[in-house]
Amino acid sequence: MAKSAKKTAAKKAPAKRAKTTQRKPTTRRKAADRRPAAKTAKRPAAKSNRRTKATRRTVAASRRTKAERRTVAKKTTVRRTSKKPTFMGWRRKNGRVGIRNHVIILPLDDLSNAACEAVANNIKGTMAIPHPYGRLQFGEDLELHFRTLIGTGANPNVAAVIVIGIEPQWTGRVVKGIAKTGKPVTGFAIEQNGDHQTIADASRLAKEYVQAASELEREKCTTKDLWVSVKCGESDTTSGLASNPTVGNFIDKMDVWGATTCFGETSEITGAELNCAKKGKTKAIGAKFLKTWQSYNDDVIEQFKTDDLSDSQPTKGNIEGGLSTIEEKAFGNLEKIGKKTNYIDVLGPAEAPRKGPGLYFMDTSSAAAECVTLQAAAGFTVHLFPTGQGNIIGNPIEPVIKLTANPRTVRTMGEHVDVDVSGILRREMTLNKAGDALIDMTIRTCNGRLTAAEALGHREFVLTKLYRSA
Amino acid sequence: MAAPHFLVHERKDSVGVVVVEGVNKGQILTGWVMQGNTTIRMKSLKAIPIGHKIALSPIGKGDTVTKYGHDIGKCIAAISKGGHVHTHNLKTKRW
Repeated sequence: MAKSAKKTAAKKAPAKRAKTTQRKPTTRRKAADRRPAAKTAKRPAAKSNRRTKATRRTVAASRRTKAERRTVAKKTTVRRTSKKPTFMGWRRKNGRVGIRNHVIILPLDDLSNAACEAVANNIKGTMAIPHPYGRLQFGEDLELHFRTLIGTGANPNVAAVIVIGIEPQWTGRVVKGIAKTGKPVTGFAIEQNGDHQTIADASRLAKEYVQAASELEREKCTTKDLWVSVKCGESDTTSGLASNPTVGNFIDKMDVWGATTCFGETSEITGAELNCAKKGKTKAIGAKFLKTWQSYNDDVIEQFKTDDLSDSQPTKGNIEGGLSTIEEKAFGNLEKIGKKTNYIDVLGPAEAPRKGPGLYFMDTSSAAAECVTLQAAAGFTVHLFPTGQGNIIGNPIEPVIKLTANPRTVRTMGEHVDVDVSGILRREMTLNKAGDALIDMTIRTCNGRLTAAEALGHREFVLTKLYRSA
Repeated sequence: MAAPHFLVHERKDSVGVVVVEGVNKGQILTGWVMQGNTTIRMKSLKAIPIGHKIALSPIGKGDTVTKYGHDIGKCIAAISKGGHVHTHNLKTKRW
């Protein structure tokens, strides 16, 4: 069925697809405006009653004069299915698809950062991912450390991995975990070798790895191969009005197309937790979410708070942007998961989804880098990040696509913005159109376009630490 | 139609969100109520920064403030219609 659908799409819109992939970022908005117009006959916008005269003028009148757009509005989903996009990705040995082809030099612990950075400096095209932990951790905190490191190496955006640790035991445990994916991975221990010998040995192998990775070929992949995580940051009221609903529109469309998607931010659902529980596919899944939320609230917030969190949640940036309370922030946050989509499971931090395609909730911090690091470690390959005041986060292995609806942020921090949806606030852009623009940018990113955060060198890799080390 | 000065999520919300820069005291503002797609007009009592909330009707101390059709906290200092709604007069009921 998917195949026949694909054929139809190819017949109807081959020229457009080509255009989409070649389009330059600077022409993005105009092109995005043109796109739905050409498809009017096939897919009328559901929200056409919101369209203003100004919007109508931006699109060639001849293509969309008919009032039929309104009458057939409800069939949006069905019609879109025939236009399911494809992209060129790297299919790994375990079947998962990557949109980047990194060779990473991964430290087990803080002590090994210097050696990893030296190897990455020696061998061009490799990337070190330094971090501050890995010593004397224990229990659940240690498990999470291993799960995050192994998950990072196992992510399909990574072609091969060098692991360096101070001693061989725990280093070996990370190597063994990553090796299950079938990708090349080797560990090096510094004790009884020293930095020099370790760096020399690891560099020799890293060179082999990066050359082999550079020869891997991309193949055509579908939305079923796409694992998309979402998380917002430095939100303001425009996030809840426009950029988060744009991500929600994306999720609703992608869910039908068989993508695997994920949202998190446990503390930031406070105030809207009952609404979030209702979005579970079954009552049991909703109850599982509520239990996770309650446990964070009782075991962490209630235990450690010194005030009403008014200095942390909302953040100072949130408040500057007009958000006054956690409840207000939470309802805006939830706009990200769409109107029709229900989550099918609740994941622990950095836990990989096991129930197949669909939307997942992950128990994470609401701090941007911690959350995205956990989602990347669970195997998500591209991230959507709506922001209001302008959070600038990136991730070393999972490209982070940034969108905003705040016109001031677009004006003052334009270099960080991949998709500008401020037109929604001016009534120039419908949510449906904004969702399509985000899909378009996601596919372009999958095909290799560097996100703003990648081009600017943002590689925030932040491990979640549950408690003090022994 | 010109771009609106403020947006309102749902009909029963007690606040709207200013979405343009430079709203001044005493300015007549146009607002778009997204649910139901209607337009309303009102006067701002203060300069309100972009992203900040404006009261759509008088809100008394102790009243619940509604946005997205939901409870987003309690009013801790009375607010007049057209007034600026933020952390000085709106507080969480949580934590």
